[in-house]
Amino acid sequence: MSLTRTGVLAGTLIVLLAGCGGSRSSQAGAGSSGTSLHGSVTVLAAASLTEVFGTLAERFRAAHPGVTVKLSFGASSALAQQIQAGAPADVFASAAAKNMQQVISAGGATGSSNFAANVMEIAVPPGNPAGIAGVADLARKGVKVALCQAQVPCGATAQEVFSHAGVTVRPVTEEADVKSTLTKVETGEVDAGVVYVTDVRSAGGKVKGIAIPDAQNARTEYPIAALSKAPNPAAAAAFVAFVLSADGQSVLSADGFEKP
Amino acid sequence: MGFGFLLLPLLALLVRAPWRGLHRLLSDSAGLTALRLSLECATAATALSVLFGVPLAWVLARVRLPGIGLLRAVVTLPLVLPPVVGGLALLLALGRNGVFGRWLYSATGYSLPFTTAGVIVAETFVAMPFLVLTVEGAIRSADRDLEEAAATLGASRGMVFGRITLPLVSPSLLAGSVLCWARALGEFGATITFAGNFPATTQTMPLAVYNRLEVDPEQAVALSLVLLAVAVAVLVALRDRWLRPGGGL
Repeated sequence: MSLTRTGVLAGTLIVLLAGCGGSRSSQAGAGSSGTSLHGSVTVLAAASLTEVFGTLAERFRAAHPGVTVKLSFGASSALAQQIQAGAPADVFASAAAKNMQQVISAGGATGSSNFAANVMEIAVPPGNPAGIAGVADLARKGVKVALCQAQVPCGATAQEVFSHAGVTVRPVTEEADVKSTLTKVETGEVDAGVVYVTDVRSAGGKVKGIAIPDAQNARTEYPIAALSKAPNPAAAAAFVAFVLSADGQSVLSADGFEKP
Repeated sequence: MGFGFLLLPLLALLVRAPWRGLHRLLSDSAGLTALRLSLECATAATALSVLFGVPLAWVLARVRLPGIGLLRAVVTLPLVLPPVVGGLALLLALGRNGVFGRWLYSATGYSLPFTTAGVIVAETFVAMPFLVLTVEGAIRSADRDLEEAAATLGASRGMVFGRITLPLVSPSLLAGSVLCWARALGEFGATITFAGNFPATTQTMPLAVYNRLEVDPEQAVALSLVLLAVAVAVLVALRDRWLRPGGGL
């Protein structure tokens, strides 16, 4: 299993390489008898799923020792684009319905199931240098804010929060995915970033979370699908089923994800 | 076959280019803003590289000291270092919590990341070695007899450099500047890592191409065409001035 959180370009390469391995292995597996799964399953998942999908992949491998899970994380918008460009992946887990819909419309998948949900939180460096107390503080002059790009689910959901709160936030940088937004906060280069509650949680003590009140917060649902051109369709279906199973759901809720 | 490998991707860019909508895609204000920012930053980075790079090139070519090899290695390093690593190094040095950046920030409240100045610093870091090495080679091969003659006639060291050495190396200085400018214009990794990505302040053309690819692939291709055109223009300029037989680099 390779746990990678790389740039989108590097991610594409990994996916391409992983895909080659997958098709070879599934051909080899086709000849063997029985229902046990073989080969590798390549999962493209939203950056916010980095930690929890690492755990899920380990559990899945424990249940199916013959399968290698290859994970590649990135912005859902970038992953959707890679799938449309023909990246040979088996499973897509998106942080927003929109990006899954793009893949389905292009014929990359026939349908999807929601497996989790997430809400936003403000992340600040441990000392909270700018004294951020709520969403309105992000619009203050001189406060350096990092957001995700508008087409990335974390960017779109953050904009929903701002419109609920009636503020206009002008960030200093728009990052490619939620983990790079979080990194800008962890390194202390910005005063605040808007990320998912699960990202603040997985960052441990490296950032401090400032909760967003329910009235202002926005929620995104995570769909998952086995891809139509999956090199290893059996393993793809099994991985999706595992994420949706009671075991998979308990791993997700232990990491702070909400039920869809 | 090697030629085809180099040529094919560029041909694909031309084949898939949205020629019909090109005008609309390029006159889009986001594209124009990125183009202007790129041109300004690359030019500023080239000016800084000339200012600091020419004296450095002279030292590398003329000073005979133990450790000069090490100095040259350090100057060459950004050429072979992945730009994203360069950007990370700049962040650790000059960021708000960086080794030097924290002094700057506590003294002035100013930090380079997420500013246009940060883009220029990142581009200079990556592009300056092109200028230094080009000029160093020229100084090294310049005719020392002329310099010595001028010195014998009473010219000061600075005067020799300004009146003899600099004119001798000026074709290479120009070539080095163009290379440096072209490299700065295409800079991506160090810029996005150190300076971030925001339209009109730090989103240069390569960052805009990368960003638009997810949203509007046609516009990404259109912006790429502009960069390709600039690269071709640079080559044409180099050919006319310096790549004719007997010319310098």
